[in-house]
Amino acid sequence: MRLVLHVWRQKSPEEAGAMVSYRLKEISPDMSFLEMLDILNEQLLAEEKDPVAFDHDCREGICGMCSLVINGQAHGPQSGTTTCQLHMRSFKDGDEIYIEPFRAKAFPVIRDLVTNRSSFDRIIQAGGFVSVRTGGVPDGNALPIPKTAADLAMDFAACIGCGACVAACKNASAMLFVSAKVSQLALLPQGKVERERRVLAMVGQMDQEGFGHCSNTFECEAVCPKEISVSSIARLNREYTRAALLERPSSSPTSSE
Amino acid sequence: MSFLSRTVNSSVGCKTLMAVSGLALVGFIVAHLAGNLLVFAGPTALNAYAKGLRSYLPLLWALRIGLITAFILHIYAGIRLSRRAQQARPQAYVKRKTQVTTGAAQTMILSGLLLLFFALYHLAHLTFRLTHPQFAALGEFDVYAMLIASFQSPWTSGFYILSIATLMLHLNHGMASFFQTLGLDSRRHASLLFMAGPVFSTLLAAGFIAIPLSIFLGLIA
Ligand code: HEM
Ligand code: FES
Repeated sequence: MRLVLHVWRQKSPEEAGAMVSYRLKEISPDMSFLEMLDILNEQLLAEEKDPVAFDHDCREGICGMCSLVINGQAHGPQSGTTTCQLHMRSFKDGDEIYIEPFRAKAFPVIRDLVTNRSSFDRIIQAGGFVSVRTGGVPDGNALPIPKTAADLAMDFAACIGCGACVAACKNASAMLFVSAKVSQLALLPQGKVERERRVLAMVGQMDQEGFGHCSNTFECEAVCPKEISVSSIARLNREYTRAALLERPSSSPTSSE
Repeated sequence: MSFLSRTVNSSVGCKTLMAVSGLALVGFIVAHLAGNLLVFAGPTALNAYAKGLRSYLPLLWALRIGLITAFILHIYAGIRLSRRAQQARPQAYVKRKTQVTTGAAQTMILSGLLLLFFALYHLAHLTFRLTHPQFAALGEFDVYAMLIASFQSPWTSGFYILSIATLMLHLNHGMASFFQTLGLDSRRHASLLFMAGPVFSTLLAAGFIAIPLSIFLGLIA
């Protein structure tokens, strides 16, 4: 396959970036998208140019490290997969491919296609601890959890925190990510004690990081590699209103502020 | 933080405020349409309704204050959320391809601001009677004659019809979005809740458009 790539190049967070075009020859349809970028980088190194920086780690769709907006879609044209699971057979000979970073104020570009997504880590930190029984491993079924709740919590726990939801949202909103985490924990008995405090603190951190609000366009669900359902967002909205109503300012020692 | 500041200052609370105030506005619009449709029952019915509305002033003012409050809260929340959303992506995509976003959802702030403009004109037109000098010759409660005189003009009818179409667009997304914002799971009740926007907004628009259109076409005079 022959391809024309238009790639976002940006030297540092401060410098302005721009799209730069590259031509590639002899790309096999069996290559993964990231292998294709490896080939581009070898070609650039041979020409003594700077290689394109991009994020990746596991290359099997579980770590959430790879990113990229490919032809305007987070993780590319194939639904329910990450960029590292995308193969060149999804493209045609002669195609032009636009490759950009996940764009959001809360995901500043470090270099080229690499963004700093530690705002997600800070949201998780804001969620705080879960009072679990420490000590020995508890007996199986010592804590009864209905099968339906466990299954639903597991669906939400599938979130790998890649940030594609933010990249795809017109408001750069992190609601799908935050709601998946909030919903997962709100469903399980171990997290119940901190239920109210957690949702208020996580939404507070999300706003502070500069993510936008949810307009219910559901673009996030369409690009999510783990196909997290927007029913988690409805659940977050319920959890939030409930917690805001129940909250007693400064009377409880576990209050976050 | 208090419940109030959680509601006004957080994105989730602000959006909830938007949904609740939006619902209040929808409630008003439905009642308003029901009253307006009396134009098809003739001048006596419509004018008696207009007079009846003004017969108990405390109630009228309570409703008006509620309506104005909902309107202000809705616009405040809308502008605030939209501005924050704009700042959330300082560098736009060179290429962006959406898969499921509707045009109505994409343009909520635009359709909303057009509605604000329409609401102001509508008040000046039929409440304060500033736009048509010939209204001075009509009796105070001859609402019927006022409508006939106004909507015979293609400009006035056209403007009203376009504005109602804008309302339809706004509610096409708004009435579906409302449920999700208040925490009713859009996925579990998918078909029901997603039909709510298009079906409700179309019925509402058909009712409203029927009025200027019938007058302009001379079906009622
Ligand atoms: C007058 C100026 C208006 C402005 C500036 C405005 C603006 C907006 C905006 C920005 C949104 C939210 C979009 C988002 O989340 O991204 C919205 C939602 C909504 N609007 Fe309006 N709007 C206006 C008038 C109205 C009117 C007259 C009605 C009702 C008849 C209405 C009903 C709704 C409803 C039901 C929602 C959905 C709330 C939700 O998403 O949960 N709006 N509006
Ligand atoms: S590199 Fe780990 S998910 Fe893609």
